[in-house]
Amino acid sequence: MKIVKIFIILFLITSFSELKSDEVNDILKSKILKNIRCLICQGQSVYDSESEFASSIKLIVEKKLNDGLKEKQIYQFLREKYGDWIVYDPHLNKNTYILWLLPLLLFLLGGAIMRQKLKFRN
Amino acid sequence: MKNKFSLFVIVIFLSFCFVIFYKGLNTPNNYTPKVNEKNNIPTFKAKDFYSNNYVNSDNIFEENTFYIVNIWASWCVPCRTEHPLLMQLSKNQSIKLIGLNYRDNFNNAKKFINDLGNPYSRILIDKDGTLGVEFGAYGVPETFLIDKNKDIIKKFVGPINQEIVNEIKLIIK
Repeated sequence: MKIVKIFIILFLITSFSELKSDEVNDILKSKILKNIRCLICQGQSVYDSESEFASSIKLIVEKKLNDGLKEKQIYQFLREKYGDWIVYDPHLNKNTYILWLLPLLLFLLGGAIMRQKLKFRN
Repeated sequence: MKNKFSLFVIVIFLSFCFVIFYKGLNTPNNYTPKVNEKNNIPTFKAKDFYSNNYVNSDNIFEENTFYIVNIWASWCVPCRTEHPLLMQLSKNQSIKLIGLNYRDNFNNAKKFINDLGNPYSRILIDKDGTLGVEFGAYGVPETFLIDKNKDIIKKFVGPINQEIVNEIKLIIK
């Protein structure tokens, strides 16, 4: 009887952990899909889109996750196929450095102007 | 003097805004992925259209041969427009055409080929569109030119035209 109980407990533990790993995969899949731009209904993420392209991407992301690829590897795979634009979070490269550096430059410029004004007042 | 400077700054700022908006209005907002660098053909397994057997990409693409991979579907109207040009290309001995039947009904696809002719040396089935994604496609029709080193060297989005056919012929010459 004791052995049966132990087996039942072990069975429940293993089923619970399987369910948990599925849940984790689903959360990761949703996160990735929300970060990918749909090329057909531009302005929508693949997660929100119902286009054929989006449904193919959903399947491929699921397949890649099942194959054991990491989040970054999936983004890299899609970047190689469709360019940086497919991902909502662009990398720093020669095409995007203005995008990354302009806010910093504006911040520094604003700070310099404020400093000058304060100096002038004092 | 101070007023003149302020006016100058405002005029410069407004001109800058005008140029940005004017350029923005004239530039299409739709993004088209470009193939700037050579990409290797993906490794995949796909079902053959006629035999229904799975074939490996290594057994499809041989070295020292130019290939065209054309993504098509019977429900795609532009595919009908480009079909005569594909038939024309298929007569060229230096190139082989591979068809990727995208998200299609088998009977409709078969009727399409029977009615318009078969330019392909092999047709593969892409039932869920994932094979197209492996190639970097996002719609139909799309055409990829693969060189003798098994690299994708050109990608044509939309139906091909005579100009593109001439360009392909020039490359494979």
